[in-house]
Amino acid sequence: MSKFTLIKNGRIIDPANDIDEIADIAISRGKITGIGTDIDQDFDADHVIDAEGQWILPGIVDLSAYLREPGQENKTRIAFETYSAVSAGITRICCMPETNSPIDSGATVKLIKSKAKQAGFARVSVIGSLTQGLKGEQLSHMGSLKYVGCVGLSQGHQPIQNLATLRKAMEYAATYELPLFLHPIEHSLMMNGGMHEGALSTRLGIHPIPVATETVGMAQILILIKQTNCPVHFCRLSSADSIEMLTKAKQDGLPVTADVAAHQLFLTEMDVADYNPLCHTIPPLRSERDRDALRGAVSAGVIDAICSDHQPHEIDAKLAPFEETDPGISAFETLLPLVMRLVEEKVLTLSQAISYITHNPAELAGIKAGTLSAGQPADLSIFDPEYFWQLDPTDMISEGKNSPFTGWGFNGKTTQTFVKGKTVFSL
Amino acid sequence: MQLTADGKLKHFLTVEGLPPLLLEEILDRAEQFVSLPGKKQVQAPLLRGKTVMNLFFENSTRTRTTFELAAKRLSADLINLDIRNSATAKGESLLDTIRNLEAMNCDMFVVRHQSSSAPHFIAKYCAPHIGVINAGDGRHAHPTQAMLDMLTIRQHKGEFTPLKVAIVGDIKHSRVARSQIHALTTLCAGEIRLIAPKTLMPDRIEEMGVSTFTNIEKGIKGVDVVIMLRLQHERMNTALLPSVREFYARYGLTEERLNLAKPDAIVMHPGPVNRGVEIDSRVADGPQSVILQQVTNGVAVRMAVMSMVLGSRAESGGV
Repeated sequence: MSKFTLIKNGRIIDPANDIDEIADIAISRGKITGIGTDIDQDFDADHVIDAEGQWILPGIVDLSAYLREPGQENKTRIAFETYSAVSAGITRICCMPETNSPIDSGATVKLIKSKAKQAGFARVSVIGSLTQGLKGEQLSHMGSLKYVGCVGLSQGHQPIQNLATLRKAMEYAATYELPLFLHPIEHSLMMNGGMHEGALSTRLGIHPIPVATETVGMAQILILIKQTNCPVHFCRLSSADSIEMLTKAKQDGLPVTADVAAHQLFLTEMDVADYNPLCHTIPPLRSERDRDALRGAVSAGVIDAICSDHQPHEIDAKLAPFEETDPGISAFETLLPLVMRLVEEKVLTLSQAISYITHNPAELAGIKAGTLSAGQPADLSIFDPEYFWQLDPTDMISEGKNSPFTGWGFNGKTTQTFVKGKTVFSL
Repeated sequence: MQLTADGKLKHFLTVEGLPPLLLEEILDRAEQFVSLPGKKQVQAPLLRGKTVMNLFFENSTRTRTTFELAAKRLSADLINLDIRNSATAKGESLLDTIRNLEAMNCDMFVVRHQSSSAPHFIAKYCAPHIGVINAGDGRHAHPTQAMLDMLTIRQHKGEFTPLKVAIVGDIKHSRVARSQIHALTTLCAGEIRLIAPKTLMPDRIEEMGVSTFTNIEKGIKGVDVVIMLRLQHERMNTALLPSVREFYARYGLTEERLNLAKPDAIVMHPGPVNRGVEIDSRVADGPQSVILQQVTNGVAVRMAVMSMVLGSRAESGGV
């Protein structure tokens, strides 16, 4: 393995440092040592890559993914999914807890981290369970979880038994300065819902998920934040009304942040028509108005990050009548392409777009990553902006082929990814 | 998906999107199959040598029996599968169940399922020679019920264009109502009124071309057809309604309320009827009630649809 790498002539895009220029970047012993004129004169590379015409991006930090291991090895394994991630420029993944793979013990956290390390592709940060077994009753061992390196806590999509428990969980998490990643969901309004409530859910006869499911959940949390001043990050906002509430909360100076899943910025309830199980997601794809509000919010910087919300499934999980399918999209491999598309569609500037998937999410999770600053681990990718490709599920690297973006054309592809200076993916 | 390239009925999954001429063809054909009670039954060996499988993932007596009779009168071999007590209960996936039944060589699945879109799903994945008929899926559709209702209306009223039709009761959970609305709009019925408390009215149903009423007296005024829907008792447990008694008091079809409709209005109900819940016995058994005629028509409509679905394959050189 080469210890001194020089990537020459690439367009280096590092919004955290306000850099967008054609220059060389030097890597020694796994760390970035300099860009352009900052590179040591006597730097002696044993490996030189010519990246002319290509872009050098900081490694993507994905705030939400379900890696399924341990617990659901029938779906996929950490090694497969971390490789899928690096194939799309993602070098760090925040792994979320879920009912079948709750992350509520130090042992589980260690297992996930060691599996990821063993695989040697993307780095994995762990978001632990807020309550034991995600049951919403007893608080998880937050102190221990912090000790083994959890970067935050989440209740996933599971309900919490009552608001008193939620308030205590918020306060206890704040005790350890663990970021709280909460999905705003009022479960009693969701019932067994499968899609956005509207004319289409009525016509298709699918149990509806009203917008109030999210806004009522959000309102409750906001009031508790006001009371306790505990910071909360809202996961996967889906509606225009939620954006309005978020904007107001930020104006009022509450310690809140939020993210959106990339697919939510493109798809709407109309994509569910004809019962497409690949468009079965939680939160549901909503109306065009909601999607436009979400786009407006990323454009205006009201939303802080864009994530993949990667949920790989085995084939059978989507082979059933719509409401009986498992929700979620296999999304690592479309995160960067979709975000780049937002640039093409002039929703975001290039620097905004890269910020939303690199240093912004890193800051939210308290991780030092997502930049190309000297001294940082060399987690970065080379992106060919001219490479046109079409998504074919059979070409996907993830074990989960459940992408609704089949047939979509994308401009640009990750051609090489480095983690700690080591090439972990090469097209 | 449910039509062949030349516009014939390949599956019968929903009324939505079918052309008016095709609906009329179903009605015309069904008319030929109607046998009057006590008279010799119409028999037609159109499905001789074909195997029809009744796949009922949910309870049903009337629908299953009428499909069974329809298949037998068309000389098909028929198997009734009570799925709830068999494979699926043991954890078999729907797709595996279908694949296994397919391997036994059948020609048609008649499907009732608790999940909306289950028949679509089966039609999408089963072998191309197999026809799928939706016998009710979730809250989505119950197309043969809607067509037997249309046949009953046509027998009494002739034309659809001048008609005012009221559908009363639990619209929200009703696949029957949704299919009736599609059938009535396709056949150009003059006016469709839905009458229900707001808890039983689904979001933005007006976009399906109907008007909504919360007051039955206002809604029923001057209509030609009153369709009552069944109110399921479990709805009381989910805070949709305070009690059966209150529902009957506010929405039950009584003689007084029926008097607000046109004097020659007909009263329909897809069954099973909850007497004293959505309808007064005197109305259910009264001269304006055509509830039992609906059942008779059920057999005829199902014969028509089954023969058309398998016929579309024979003509296109399949099977």
